[in-house]
Amino acid sequence: MEAFAHLVAATGLTADEQKAAAAASSAGFAYGLAAIGPGIGIGYLVGKSVEAMARQPEAAGMVRTTMFLGIAFTEALALIGFVVFILIGL
Amino acid sequence: MTMTEPNPVLTALPGPAPEVSVTKDMVKRGLVVAPLLIAVCGFIWGLHGAYSSAYGVAIVLINFALAAGTVAMTARISIGLMMGAVLFGYLVRLGLIFLAVLLVKDAGWISLPALGATIIVTHLGLLVWEMKYVAISLAHPGLKPVRS
Repeated sequence: MEAFAHLVAATGLTADEQKAAAAASSAGFAYGLAAIGPGIGIGYLVGKSVEAMARQPEAAGMVRTTMFLGIAFTEALALIGFVVFILIGL
Repeated sequence: MTMTEPNPVLTALPGPAPEVSVTKDMVKRGLVVAPLLIAVCGFIWGLHGAYSSAYGVAIVLINFALAAGTVAMTARISIGLMMGAVLFGYLVRLGLIFLAVLLVKDAGWISLPALGATIIVTHLGLLVWEMKYVAISLAHPGLKPVRS
């Protein structure tokens, strides 16, 4: 981030433009980082659900319902990151 | 005697899709509470807030519908495919939401705080509301409401 700030400073932008550029890059980083965690979580959740459904197909309905809700709850974290992104940097 | 390992690639789930009925419930409830959300946002952020709130509710409901449709379609083919579709679908849907907001960010009628607040509140609110019914159905299947 500091390197990016030096890079922005070297472009000869005004202080306000530098501030806007730094805010936009920070928001981008925040969104990217906020998307990584839920990505890992959804991968783990779906992997375990698939394993459960393959072992016990008769319980698939229950597993799919809870899996779907789990995915949606995990995705809420990414959406919160996205909202922070649109409020700070868009 | 050796036990055969379950193969997720060959296992398909051709039965009814529970996530579709869960999503239908959430969409119905979302449409019921949408006027209230729009009114609250309109009260706080004005007319632009009301328009943005309606747009946010639409984004959330379409996102749920896309997620459920992807799972339901791919589970009929193979649960391995379903896993891939869920993971890539997550990225694609995040991209679509980003695109939907990017398209309107400079429009005169948009209020980004109202849009952001609506997205989070609607998404989490509908999920928690649905959770209550799903938890009751799983714990006490006899109490599950039947369609008349």
